[in-house]
Amino acid sequence: MNLLQRVWRSSLGKKYLMALTGLALFGFVVGHLVGNLQVFGNPELINSYAHFLKSKPGLLWGARLGLLATVAVHVGAALALSAANKAARPVAYSGGSAYGSSWRSRYMLVSGLVIMAFVVYHLLHYTVQLSPVNGVKGGLDFHSLTTRLADGTQVQDVYAMMIHGFQVGWVSLFYLIAQALLFIHLGHGLSSMFHSLGLRNHVWGPRIVAFAQVASLAVFLGYASIPVAVLTGMGGDYVKNLKKAPTTTIETLR
Amino acid sequence: MKVSLKVWRQKNANAAGEFKTYASPELNPNMSFLEMLDVVNEELSNQGEEPIAFGHDCREGICGTCSLVIDGKPHGPHKGVATCQTYMRSFSNGDRIVIEPWRAKAFPIIKDLVCDRKAFDRIQQAGGFISVRTGSAPDANSIPVSKENADLAMDAAQCIGCGACVAACKNASAMLFVSAKVSHLGLMPQGQPERYKRVKAMVDQMDTEGFGACTVTGSCEAVCPKEISLDFIARMNRDYAVALIQGDPKQVVGGGAG
Repeated sequence: MNLLQRVWRSSLGKKYLMALTGLALFGFVVGHLVGNLQVFGNPELINSYAHFLKSKPGLLWGARLGLLATVAVHVGAALALSAANKAARPVAYSGGSAYGSSWRSRYMLVSGLVIMAFVVYHLLHYTVQLSPVNGVKGGLDFHSLTTRLADGTQVQDVYAMMIHGFQVGWVSLFYLIAQALLFIHLGHGLSSMFHSLGLRNHVWGPRIVAFAQVASLAVFLGYASIPVAVLTGMGGDYVKNLKKAPTTTIETLR
Repeated sequence: MKVSLKVWRQKNANAAGEFKTYASPELNPNMSFLEMLDVVNEELSNQGEEPIAFGHDCREGICGTCSLVIDGKPHGPHKGVATCQTYMRSFSNGDRIVIEPWRAKAFPIIKDLVCDRKAFDRIQQAGGFISVRTGSAPDANSIPVSKENADLAMDAAQCIGCGACVAACKNASAMLFVSAKVSHLGLMPQGQPERYKRVKAMVDQMDTEGFGACTVTGSCEAVCPKEISLDFIARMNRDYAVALIQGDPKQVVGGGAG
């Protein structure tokens, strides 16, 4: 049997895959957060960053396909393991939840699946920019939001898109719920990752658990800060000025 | 004191089981939990009813035969003790105690509260041993073992194979048991030649038996009567990763001389 077969057929092998893909996805979550936090700078900052990403289609699509494959392996292994785990106890106990189990660990599959549903929405919302899902009153096509960078290049106004997007209450609420679930998922997943790969002993065990707590909280606070800031008024004036003269920048520069 | 018992009754492996409730006769609080069951059974047989079948042997916490999930926790309310060393003084007069067998696909129920734990024996037979020449006892201290490794190996060797880890785990995973057995030998110099072959064989047998996987919930560690640490599972994961990458050893031709 080759290595891939050996890994997939074994329960521990699938745990290794979960851990490694989980690590890669955590790396993405951190990178994505750093990119998004640029919204707290001036609009030019995040707009030029978004333009930079879009100007490298090879890199962008490489990363997208890589992430898709990573998610597929992570979810596939999770579903396979979870089915085997359920089959291992055909008759349940009469009582409640398993004694001594940490509460986060019991909701990994549920939190993961909801996060996946959120990611699909998030992609339709801000990547595909499907107008019907953004819920902006009166309808708004995010594609129509454009601006010019300092050097004169016409780019999409990602800053305005984020402000418009998060000004919709239920959208922001959904984002916050998904982030709370990610907090639960990472709080357990980040420490289990080390456990599954065997990178843990009695000295490093508590440190790894502490790292998982701190990192998951930091990710939650980072992501939650964006919709909360928009809901409490950030960027409000900026998009109001756009509405008054939506194409001024373009027209005047022409 | 008196208690009432809600006990799982099941005639045999194929019969459908159900809970039945019994009132205990007057008990001495210093009875062990198993002695309490003995007294209840005596009364049941006097009444012409089938006594409750439960596993027991040494009754001093070292054989691993007793089981019982008591009020949702394997081995009863205390930490680091088996059911046989749980005493009635830990309960109050009038308590209603729920008693269930270990529940796992790999541990089929034989009768009432007794389950078949031969799956553990088969995992042990797959690799839980070392191959050495037998003969007279070797000279003590002829093979040096570092103090740290000796201590860790002893911690792992405390496993009595009762199966409480499987019973407690929401996935009915046997990882704590297997990791204790793997680590116990894997930490000793005598266990090195077969270290990776052993972990591969034992984990593969564990999968074949139909135990679940580890989701690091911590239940096993919390109920283990010998307080085996979850860290041993991480250790086993590490060894198994090496074994998986190495693959099966190539067949040697020419008697190994080539």
